[in-house]
Amino acid sequence: MTMKMILATSVASFCMAGAALAEPQAEVLHWWTSGGEARAVAVLQEEFASRGGSWTDMPVAGGGGDAAMTALRARVLAGNAPTAVQLKGPAIQEWYEEGVLADISAVAQEQGWADILPASIAGHMQCEGTWCAAPVNVHRVDWVWANKAILDEHGIAMPTTWDEFNAAAEKLQAAGITPLAHGGQAWQDATVFETVVLGVGGPEFFRSALIDLDMDALQSDTMKAVFDQMRTMRGYVDANFSGRDWNLATAMVMNGEAAFQIMGDWAKGEFLAAGKVPGEDFLCASTPGDGYLYNVDSFAMFDVEGEDAVAGQNLLAELIVGQNFQKVFNLNKGSIPVRSDVALDEFDSCAVLSANDMAATSEAGSLLPSYAHGMALRGAQAGAITDVVTAHFNSDMSSEDAVAMLADAVANSM
Amino acid sequence: MQWLERHVPKLVLAPSFIAALLFVYGFIGWTAWVSFTRSRLLPNYDLVGTIQYERLFASPRWEVALNNLFVFGVLFIGISMLLGLLLAIFLDQKIRTEGVLRTIYLYPMALSLIVTGTAWKWMLNPGLGLEAMVRGWGFEDFTFDWITDPDMAIYTVVIAGVWQASGFVMALFLAGLRSVDGEIIKAAQVDGIPTHRIYTAIIIPSMAPIFLSAFIVLSHLAIKSFDLVIALTGGGPGYATDLPATYMYAMAFSRGDIGQAASSAMVMMMIVFAIVVPYLYSELRAKND
Repeated sequence: MTMKMILATSVASFCMAGAALAEPQAEVLHWWTSGGEARAVAVLQEEFASRGGSWTDMPVAGGGGDAAMTALRARVLAGNAPTAVQLKGPAIQEWYEEGVLADISAVAQEQGWADILPASIAGHMQCEGTWCAAPVNVHRVDWVWANKAILDEHGIAMPTTWDEFNAAAEKLQAAGITPLAHGGQAWQDATVFETVVLGVGGPEFFRSALIDLDMDALQSDTMKAVFDQMRTMRGYVDANFSGRDWNLATAMVMNGEAAFQIMGDWAKGEFLAAGKVPGEDFLCASTPGDGYLYNVDSFAMFDVEGEDAVAGQNLLAELIVGQNFQKVFNLNKGSIPVRSDVALDEFDSCAVLSANDMAATSEAGSLLPSYAHGMALRGAQAGAITDVVTAHFNSDMSSEDAVAMLADAVANSM
Repeated sequence: MQWLERHVPKLVLAPSFIAALLFVYGFIGWTAWVSFTRSRLLPNYDLVGTIQYERLFASPRWEVALNNLFVFGVLFIGISMLLGLLLAIFLDQKIRTEGVLRTIYLYPMALSLIVTGTAWKWMLNPGLGLEAMVRGWGFEDFTFDWITDPDMAIYTVVIAGVWQASGFVMALFLAGLRSVDGEIIKAAQVDGIPTHRIYTAIIIPSMAPIFLSAFIVLSHLAIKSFDLVIALTGGGPGYATDLPATYMYAMAFSRGDIGQAASSAMVMMMIVFAIVVPYLYSELRAKND
């Protein structure tokens, strides 16, 4: 109470002095707490402070953001939302529908976001035409990582079709090497599944099945073929895959116990941290087929009161999309800048490949949101699909049953 | 003064009574209300009928969770009670190191279920634990991969749960065995009745109330089991070891489907009531008689 009064009087005295300059303030809720991520956020903090802002950090670790969402829910229900919250994809729209997001269109127009962001990514940052979130980075999801030594030894090139992938896997299996390093967690099953949907069905099919949830697409023969490929790939993982964490699967590729891993480019961070060099120790390529699946982290801006807070929010939005932060943050995080005009000299070859593909697919209209990482669908629908995918992958369910179950689950989740 | 004396108990109990009323029954009521709405990320309060319950019972994952609860509940309670009773009877034979053994058996109860789950996860992992060890001894064909087999994984949860709880049940039964009147047992021994008959015909029937309390304690442990599954299997492979509590958590905190979570919580509460209400009823009737 007294704090408020002090603030009020100080604001009043500023006004009287004629210096109506607001001091930017921001309270930022995020779950970037591990080594590289924490360093990346510190960059933003310093930049914010150097522009005269005061930053209140609110890191909530745990549960891949579940804990942070619980904290957010409590804060919003108490009518005391943070300035900016790490949110992504349709979750931004869901919070917008609860009527708690702010409008930062002024900053977006001033900075020309519409021209520098790929159109499909910009779409996620807008709520009914106004800008309500600022994008931080682009992770590509449809990567296949490979151990170069193993591939060379067996004379295998990076597969460009799923048939090639299967042929390579058979060959490796015959030689006693685990073809696919995989962790049996639902989200990892879903990650592999969506790359197969993209590869087997193509970008248009991906869009109608996993974004528009078109019932015909979900029950089509193409979807059956996708589940057939999943069943084939189930044969390529080792016996101990249940419950394994993704980074342990990456370590299997690194140590030569397995040849391939299908995982987003956070896996690259593991390779680089172990001192491996892309192109020499490990290879990166997009999974077979066209298209690009992105996972974009962003900060949603919540409705806050007070000049200081609004000024802080605008400054934060400007800095997040700013060139300097985009470069430094993404070098730390292993992802690529979301804006197209950042120089990529310091980025590694995989990141350059990712950036070039992003530009190309954005032109071709095959730049697509990842369903497995909460970019394409709302929680309930994405969860319903993941349930079916993981149930199929971990049992001997037939592709016909899986397709029927998929349609039921999606209908039931609406 | 006299007024005060008469009313002090009520005054002292009032805060906790009000707290219980609000935080237990108030929130049960709130959850019931929300379970009849279309709440997603945040609760909303427009009643829309039983749609959440229809969705719940159409969901194959919920069906798996309920089946698992049944399998896990029956086996966990049954085996824990049987093992606990046997251990208690063996310890009751006036053996020398009873104190030490009793402590050893009781110790698992002192561990957090997270620790139990993690330790068993490693032991049951075919590449790290039991299977790898026995194969290392030269039995190359030995397989014990229940934890990666969706049809068998729920039984690994039973194993870990029984390991954790049977020592506690043993302690309960041991206290029960000790409370049986020694005179009756001596009289039976004088009559030349064999020991196993003394147990089955005299001691165990006189311990009926202990069985009931052990059952109640174990069944509510089973229904609210959450941390054990999370640590041991994470609900996997797939969702093969999901229980209603993990289902509810996933809906409420990962998927932003609060209405669905509320309806599953209500069903869980009804299952608890189905067990506890007959117990309370029989207790109250016994007192009134």
